[in-house]
Amino acid sequence: MAHDNPNPRPSSDSAILDSKVPSGPMSERWSKHKFDLKLVNPANRRKFEVLVVGTGLAGASAAASLAEMGYKVKAFCIHDSPRRAHSIAAQGGINAAKNYKNDGDSVHRLFYDTVKGGDYRSRESNVHRLAEVSVQIIDQCVAQGVPFAREYGGLLDNRSFGGAQVSRTFYARGQTGQQLLLGAYSALNRMIQAGRVEMYTRREMLDLVVVDGVTRGIITRNLTTGEVERFAGHAVLLCTGGYGNVFYLSTNAKNSNVTAAWRAHKRGAFFANPCYTQIHPTCIPRSGEYQSKLTLMSESLRNDGRVWVPRKKGDERKPSDIPESERYYYLEERYPSFGNLVPRDVASRNAKSVCDDGQGVGPSREAVYLDFAGAISRDGQPAVAARYGNLFEMYERITGDNPYQTPMRIYPAVHYTMGGLWVDYNLESTVPGLFVLGEANFSDHGANRLGASALMQGLADGYFVVPATIASHLAGRKLGEVTTAHPAFAAAEADSRQRLDALLAVNGSRTVDSFHRELGKVMWNKCGMARNEAGLQSALAEIAGLRQAFWQDVKVIGDPNTINQDLEKAGRLADFMEFAELKVRDALERDESCGGHFREEHQTEDGEAKRDDEHFAHVAAWEYRGEGQAEVRHKEALTFEEVKLTTRSYK
Amino acid sequence: MIQDANHGAMRVTLDIWRQSGAGAPGKFETHTVDANEHMSFLELLDVLNERLVTEGKDPVAFDHDCREGICGSCALTLDGKPHGPRARTTVCQLHMREFTDGAHIRVEPFRATAFPVVKDLAIDRSAFDRIQRAGGFVSVNTGAAPDANATLIRKEAADEAFDAAACIGCGACVAACPNAAAMLFTGAKVSQYALLPQGQPERRERVIAMVEQMDREGFGNCTNHYECEAACPKSISVTNIARLNREYMRAMLLEAPRSSSVEE
Repeated sequence: MAHDNPNPRPSSDSAILDSKVPSGPMSERWSKHKFDLKLVNPANRRKFEVLVVGTGLAGASAAASLAEMGYKVKAFCIHDSPRRAHSIAAQGGINAAKNYKNDGDSVHRLFYDTVKGGDYRSRESNVHRLAEVSVQIIDQCVAQGVPFAREYGGLLDNRSFGGAQVSRTFYARGQTGQQLLLGAYSALNRMIQAGRVEMYTRREMLDLVVVDGVTRGIITRNLTTGEVERFAGHAVLLCTGGYGNVFYLSTNAKNSNVTAAWRAHKRGAFFANPCYTQIHPTCIPRSGEYQSKLTLMSESLRNDGRVWVPRKKGDERKPSDIPESERYYYLEERYPSFGNLVPRDVASRNAKSVCDDGQGVGPSREAVYLDFAGAISRDGQPAVAARYGNLFEMYERITGDNPYQTPMRIYPAVHYTMGGLWVDYNLESTVPGLFVLGEANFSDHGANRLGASALMQGLADGYFVVPATIASHLAGRKLGEVTTAHPAFAAAEADSRQRLDALLAVNGSRTVDSFHRELGKVMWNKCGMARNEAGLQSALAEIAGLRQAFWQDVKVIGDPNTINQDLEKAGRLADFMEFAELKVRDALERDESCGGHFREEHQTEDGEAKRDDEHFAHVAAWEYRGEGQAEVRHKEALTFEEVKLTTRSYK
Repeated sequence: MIQDANHGAMRVTLDIWRQSGAGAPGKFETHTVDANEHMSFLELLDVLNERLVTEGKDPVAFDHDCREGICGSCALTLDGKPHGPRARTTVCQLHMREFTDGAHIRVEPFRATAFPVVKDLAIDRSAFDRIQRAGGFVSVNTGAAPDANATLIRKEAADEAFDAAACIGCGACVAACPNAAAMLFTGAKVSQYALLPQGQPERRERVIAMVEQMDREGFGNCTNHYECEAACPKSISVTNIARLNREYMRAMLLEAPRSSSVEE
């Protein structure tokens, strides 16, 4: 459609942001939609080439599934192997509404919990679909040979996970992400071996190529040779993860970046809710300026660990010398029904508040205790070791402390980003033919993601959603032949080269990392766990100044025509700096508190987030309008038919 | 806010392998770096690289990503030991408290014919991917799976399969082996599937294909040094090599091409 008639601009937000949510009863929408979708005849599928960028859970599962169906697939990753995507680091588990524990779980309950956990800022229909396909994901992974934890009877084991009152989380010790990713990687390998996926490793996407308003390819940089390359296709799937590294320090892998999403944004894909960031409550505190990343301790630890700080401010005693009566188990006291298992945003903000009150522990005073003494005396050290052994070992390796003997010290850290490129029910962005999957899109987690839901969403999108919905584009639009000889490819390639040259040409005096650390501090202090108008305004000014300084004084060494990790980092940081400004603006415009977005101006007397459903029950989707122009904020109204809008209470 | 600046301060000297690209001659370059006992070894390299960049010198290339011991990207040999001196620890989680102040450390990439150097400390481990592609999967299309609890699996078997599946594909086993064998890596994947019911239908073809690919890539063969297990950051046991040999023998002895309906 758009191909034949280059985008006359619709006038209202509801026309621009058509969510394409099906009508009818919630529980039948996905089935109905799948039936209503056009199909691509099996014999025609090989005529369509799909470019999949990123090989984490979403990308690897999508690439494998599409290839199995008969589409021609090219997959791209920045690592030396598709197995290294950051999905691999997820520890805790994956939710599924199997109700194997007979504790009252259901698709509806998982749907309900996810909408509520997201603080009513997600799209109900998408979330319901997610809960529905969660069941198939577990089946698929088990069939692939994913070694989930099992009970003695041979059945799959489950545990309950932060914020859930049922046991619906499947896990593989503390390495669930690794095992699920290796499952998807094995499926991808099978298709590579069969000649149905061409795999391109050490490639970074630098731009999206749009021809007559429709996505037709990408520009990549070969990170080994430096070559800038063109790839044409009929659809592009961005599965490139989140933007957490805008904070410099986060639990994300060092190479995780926003570049592909940001480049797509500048080519017309709206960016939704960039202010939403999840701060994970249980990470190892930082130890010094040289700190390069933060390490998560799975929140499954909160099932058995008790969080506390000394009641006395500035208490210098060793934790073992502080008697029970002088310990403040603040989560248990403040939230008697959920206790240590309150959702992540609540746990994080409470950790910050006790530290702000001077009760923090450890050398930095920015930490709280997570104590396993009770669990060890109740269940014995072997039982605790069986559950968390690898996590305890990791903690000891990093800090030098033994958590069997002394409480862990933890502090919140940036962990996941709920915002992302705006997509409709088909996971298609505002640029036709560009689909966005997994953490890179915005759709399912609202303003806060529940534990064990990221793996579920990445695999839902890749294994089950996009393989069905991509036909809406491939069969629904007339896609003429476009090759990499098209002028749009030449223009996009020239842009990419020019950007690389510009970075090398600055030849200033400061390192890329020094700028990134500075950006991170601005973001953490002013757009982190708690935000306010004055802070956000000053962040805008600081980011602008930093961007200017970066382009005047950054020093990037070396040759663009070879492996150049400094240049890679510089390109990613340049995009983070542009993105940071949008993120802060979004936080400023969202004049309410919801989930992971806590505006200090909007809180209850107890310090809980206070939503403003009248004015902000919508998705904010930002449109790029050109260099130096202000981005335009569009709204997709969120309607709640099944889940009643209430104030979240975990008391 | 953070500990005072001198707490845990130390200084180390590094002899670092520098090589501009595959096939180019390489050499060691010596640098002295101020460290802190709490920093990781890769953070030490970050400090060095920032200094090199400000001095206008080419920073040291090395692969790294998650920095929490699970992605398998980092591939450094320190003083001859893949991933350095601490057992069951990748170099990204190796902290400087494992070294003494004034230490002199030799830093090299994982060395093996099948892992050519890309630049400095970054190597090409695509041989591992090709071994996996040869058979490291279960042929099940998306959407075709039965209910996850339809097949019972003994907990012990599931746990043992998990232990094998914990491999992060870093290549330390190859770097540690005097024969540069990839049998721990290959054996771990073969074992995972051999131990699970899902792996049974393709059990024979899988092990033959993976072993043949391993040989084609130029890896050596196991002669029972067990250096691989000692170097493995995930404690993958050499019993997986024994199982690989058993599986391979069994597969070669069985006259059972794909037409056979009975495997055992």
